[in-house]
Amino acid sequence: MSVFTRELKLAWSGGGGAALPVGFFFAAGSLTPFAVGNDISNLQIAGPGVMWIALALSSLLPMERLFQADLEDGTLDAYAGSGVGMEGIALAKTLAHWIATGIPLAIVAPMLWIMLQGPPATSPFVIAASLMGSAAFFFFGSIGAALTAGMRRGGLLIALVTLPLYVPTMIFGAAALYAAASGGDWAQPAMLTAAVALFGIATSPFAAAMALRTAID
Amino acid sequence: MAVMSFFANPHRFMAASKWFAWGFTVLGSAVIVLGICLGLFVVPPDAVQGDSARIMFVHVPAMWLSLFAYAFMAGASLISIVWRHALADVAAKSAAPVGAAVTAFGLITGSIWGYPTWGTWWEWGDARLVSVLILFFIYLGYIAIWQAMETPQKAARAAAILCLAGAVNLPIIHFSVNWFATLHQVSMNATAEFKYPMYVVALGYLALFGGLTLLNMRAEIMNTRAEMLAQRRQAAG
Repeated sequence: MSVFTRELKLAWSGGGGAALPVGFFFAAGSLTPFAVGNDISNLQIAGPGVMWIALALSSLLPMERLFQADLEDGTLDAYAGSGVGMEGIALAKTLAHWIATGIPLAIVAPMLWIMLQGPPATSPFVIAASLMGSAAFFFFGSIGAALTAGMRRGGLLIALVTLPLYVPTMIFGAAALYAAASGGDWAQPAMLTAAVALFGIATSPFAAAMALRTAID
Repeated sequence: MAVMSFFANPHRFMAASKWFAWGFTVLGSAVIVLGICLGLFVVPPDAVQGDSARIMFVHVPAMWLSLFAYAFMAGASLISIVWRHALADVAAKSAAPVGAAVTAFGLITGSIWGYPTWGTWWEWGDARLVSVLILFFIYLGYIAIWQAMETPQKAARAAAILCLAGAVNLPIIHFSVNWFATLHQVSMNATAEFKYPMYVVALGYLALFGGLTLLNMRAEIMNTRAEMLAQRRQAAG
């Protein structure tokens, strides 16, 4: 628990580190009209998908430093000797970073959604979907983050390792957004997104902990 | 279990695998050639797809092997994590390039088959096509992790964890892609006569996979030995 509060403080106060992915998310999403044209029908076709990809990539951004900084300065070693299981550490760190970055991402999401011609009335649903999606992206990403924590140039490798694990979240989340945009039934894809996110939260701390224990050996 | 502990000693493995490695490679290649000859010259053309369906003789077994190779790697990774078996790491590492190559081969042959049959080189609507592409990416990530880590011990652990994470997620990925896909290509309604060269080629692939993996393993072990010798010489001055 104290790990969690420490991480949360660090993530918030870390020189705008938490806000950076949010800015990236917004800027990357705003590029869409320049690429696909500002025609409303084009934006309605491309918008939800591009937004979801931007969300995935923004969630990937904080991953490189998720465990690396603590590994370098020995904090992870101290955690390992503290009697708290490494699984708990991985869970606390990922959760703290998700709160610091994932929740702001979800709050910004409706703005991008409306700019990309999504129906404003569905904004609450977009926030909910983005919360679930970013949670899934963060927790699956934490596996890649833990695996590459000991590497100097792990950033690109995280992407290569993690992106295949993002596929289910990508499919269900984008399907839910498209359903919401077109006024269709979004409940089923949304529940599947939630299922994938819960699966990620439940399993990834174990994989990440295994990788972290190797890294501090 | 007895077999596993027997081969925990690399010396025994090297002695035992010497003939198997080349034997499987040569045997596998010969069986593949035989199977292809059967498929090209003996079996009549498919009733619907004509001669273009003959690519199935090399394509379908490649897809089987791409899954088999990954399952093999996952099994080896599990053994490596649970028992810290030195040879299991080497086995998983050695199988990866073979698996990735056969997956790429399967994707390419599938694409070549798809053009005359579906009228497109690539069909995102087909679940199996897309799943296999993801599988290929997982192979690439696995190989990249081996190369990126500084010490072999850490690389082995990290790669094993990644391989198992991939194995756990593969069914979910497949399920989600399946859900996403709208166009399903049902498996071919081929007659038994049309199918048997496929099994012959599959056996050949399996033997070739075993042979190449063993050759890779041997090269890996020799490499480690050479490095140890070099270090020892350096230490001796």
